Amino acid sequence: MRARRITLFFSASLVVSMVASILLLRNIDQIRPKASIEDVLYVDSPKLIQRTSLGFNGLMACIYWTRTVQYFGHRHYSREMSYNELAPLLEITTALDPHLLPAYQFGASFLAPPPPDGAGEPQRAIQLMEYGIQHNPDSWQLYYEFGFVYYTELHDYKKAAEVFARGADVPGAHPFLRIMAAQTAQHAGELETARMLWAATYQTSHETNIRQNALEHLRAIKVDEDVTRLEEDVTRFGKRTGRLPGNMAELVAAEHLPGLPVDPDGNPYQLDAQGRVLLEHPDDFPFVTRGLPPGYKPSGPLRFHSNS
Amino acid sequence: MAAIEILGLEKTYMVGFWRKRPKQALHPLHLSVEEGEIFGFLGPNGAGKTTTLKMLMGLVFPTAGTARILGREWTDPEVKAQIGFLPEQPYFYDYLTAHELLDYYGQLSGIPARDRRRRVEEMLVRVGLSDIKGLQLRKFSKGMLQRVGIAQAILHNPKLIFLDEPMSGLDPLGRREVRDLIEQLKQEGKTVFFSTHILSDAEALCDRVAIIHKGELRGVGAVEELTRNVQGKVEVVWQGTIVPASMKALGAECHVSGDTVRAVISEKQQDAAIDALRRDRIRLISITPLRTSLESYFVEKLQHSPTAAGSSAGVSA
Amino acid sequence: MTARIVHIAHNTFREAVRDRILYNLIAFALLLSGAAILVGQISIDIERLVVVNLGLTAVSLFGVVIAIFIGIGLVSKEIEKRTLYTVLSRPVRRWEFIVGKFFGLAGTLVVNTFFMAIGVFGALLYVAHRFSAPDAGILVALYFIILEFLIICALALLFSSFSSPLLSAVFAFSLFVIGSFADDLRGFAGMAHGFTRWIATGAAYLVPNFSALNVISAVAHQQALGGQLVLQNTLYALFYSAMALSGAVLIFERRNLK
Repeated sequence: MRARRITLFFSASLVVSMVASILLLRNIDQIRPKASIEDVLYVDSPKLIQRTSLGFNGLMACIYWTRTVQYFGHRHYSREMSYNELAPLLEITTALDPHLLPAYQFGASFLAPPPPDGAGEPQRAIQLMEYGIQHNPDSWQLYYEFGFVYYTELHDYKKAAEVFARGADVPGAHPFLRIMAAQTAQHAGELETARMLWAATYQTSHETNIRQNALEHLRAIKVDEDVTRLEEDVTRFGKRTGRLPGNMAELVAAEHLPGLPVDPDGNPYQLDAQGRVLLEHPDDFPFVTRGLPPGYKPSGPLRFHSNS
Repeated sequence: MAAIEILGLEKTYMVGFWRKRPKQALHPLHLSVEEGEIFGFLGPNGAGKTTTLKMLMGLVFPTAGTARILGREWTDPEVKAQIGFLPEQPYFYDYLTAHELLDYYGQLSGIPARDRRRRVEEMLVRVGLSDIKGLQLRKFSKGMLQRVGIAQAILHNPKLIFLDEPMSGLDPLGRREVRDLIEQLKQEGKTVFFSTHILSDAEALCDRVAIIHKGELRGVGAVEELTRNVQGKVEVVWQGTIVPASMKALGAECHVSGDTVRAVISEKQQDAAIDALRRDRIRLISITPLRTSLESYFVEKLQHSPTAAGSSAGVSA
Repeated sequence: MTARIVHIAHNTFREAVRDRILYNLIAFALLLSGAAILVGQISIDIERLVVVNLGLTAVSLFGVVIAIFIGIGLVSKEIEKRTLYTVLSRPVRRWEFIVGKFFGLAGTLVVNTFFMAIGVFGALLYVAHRFSAPDAGILVALYFIILEFLIICALALLFSSFSSPLLSAVFAFSLFVIGSFADDLRGFAGMAHGFTRWIATGAAYLVPNFSALNVISAVAHQQALGGQLVLQNTLYALFYSAMALSGAVLIFERRNLK
């Protein structure tokens, strides 16, 4: 019947068009100039964006927050060496909504560290934190983030301790801040202090990138500790026997170690001819400072691990 | 060939908040209309006349049933080239002038460009609209709009014309003109199907009528037959003011007015009455058979519940 | 068949014109002239940038408003006013009616955009005192804006085929806003988990992607746009409009007219 033919034709047309549209869209995504973020930031004045949001600041803040996370995530995954838009994006986000605490946490984790792990702009990170604290004076978490930046990237332990102490004074602050203040004051620069910081970040954040970052740091700390201890064992062995152990098994037997030492992934540590303790797969451990072969450079895509 | 064959067209609407209650706007309708006749579709307001027309036009889809128009399926778009439709209280694009509107309709009906202008002019003259060039339809009166409506219905010289309440909005002169037009259409060999609730128009114009009430067909027939002298009564009028005794003996009802007497007697008594008057040398003015009016047929049909198959609760809602 | 579609399109266009919709051009001209003069006086070295951005954004916004404003009534008004009865009683197929209306509306917008383009180039000339080669990019941007219009017209027609003018306006406008943030919607979907992720991703792909069609910034910065991009976006707009129109036809074919 005629009506049926028309229905059939247009139904088919509907389905075909829908499929074609979706496929084309995927294609277009590939070839669109990646400069879309720069487009977004053509207006990189937070005040102007605020005004043009027509009062829908909160929504725009959420949108910018999403873009920030996407921006960082993509670039980080491909080991980019520049994150020029990260600071402006965070500044815009917090200008639109100064109470968006996760943004500050993100800035603390990723603005300060040098590329490829971050934007390498610790001063802007400091500015962001101060801005955040100014607008959220009751938020002790921000003091934590602030101190975190001073400690981990700027290595200004005195300032870090000060900030932790300020934070501890905020009514309702987690007692942890007081502990951190003391720890920093007395054991600055030690692995144990660093571990406390990263563990705290890992536990308190819900944001994937931040948690991942903290996890990698914790793994690195464990490896650093292990390698330090093992190399002390090697030195002891050397003092006793006057030579270097031939392999790890020998060291284990001679120094009465509990078992073949393994890294957090379960791979045994290697011992090289010069008595250095090495990781079997150094690529799996970004941030590690010890246990790396000489002249090592990280390569390949970033791999993410799920346990420490 | 039948111009229109309605084969069980039916329409049920779902009403109520959850659209669960069925309301039957039209019970299965069976009707046919011959070519060349003027057919009246009568019924009170809300009887289902417009619903039927809309279904035939393809504006509303029937719940069941089919129809054939001029021998083809009623859904065939080519059929539309042969029919004209005037809806009830028509409304047109009011930003257009009558010329532009008819030209547009002509385009849609497929009249070639060179004929269109001429036809549009002819039609406007035919429906009695002149001097309206450049006047937008939004400035037209109701009567003028009705005329435009008729013009667009016959513009493309269709074989079959559907008119829904063609007389509405017209003054008596206008109604006379439309009546004449419909007669002319019949002379031209066209079929006219019109719905109305004004019986005098139907009585004057139609060859056959159908009566519909509350969605059900109540009666169909030729106007001639329906209004035949069923009662078998005759009206006798004579000069003077005297009623002869013999007339009274016939049991006539007599009525004196002025210097004439009017009496109603049965048809069989006609000859006896004439004799009675002649005997008394009374001057006979006229003898006229009394016709049943379409109106009384109409009213009678409306009051009857249908005995045919179908719901018996047709009379009350 | 084609003739009827053309006639319906022409009638739709005529209606828009007589509805004095083209008077919006006056408002547009005023806005743009005012802006151009203001910018010309402030002269902070980005006059060209501002005029191009403002001009093209205004063309886009005005056009979308008109498209929605006229589009929502295209079908529902005809049903309401019953002007459809005398049209559909002629050998016009219902689908021809929809397609004709679409072309009429699209045509109105193209004409409107044409005049607005003259305005934009005029304002540009005023502030920059001459044209430079990359200004041809503005034509590309205008082309993309027209592609946007096609999609909006089709959507407005789709909504008009089954819902009241007010609701249609709400739906169409919402889709326009969401479509402009389609990239962000994709981002949101990327961060969601499980079932929500499926729904969000589906929505992100089905919503008209206006951010892909928005090249105003790129053109303002005189960046070149690849031929592939133009081609694929054209196809996208055509297919998307076809999709919406098919939906409109399917709905309208079944509709009982009151």
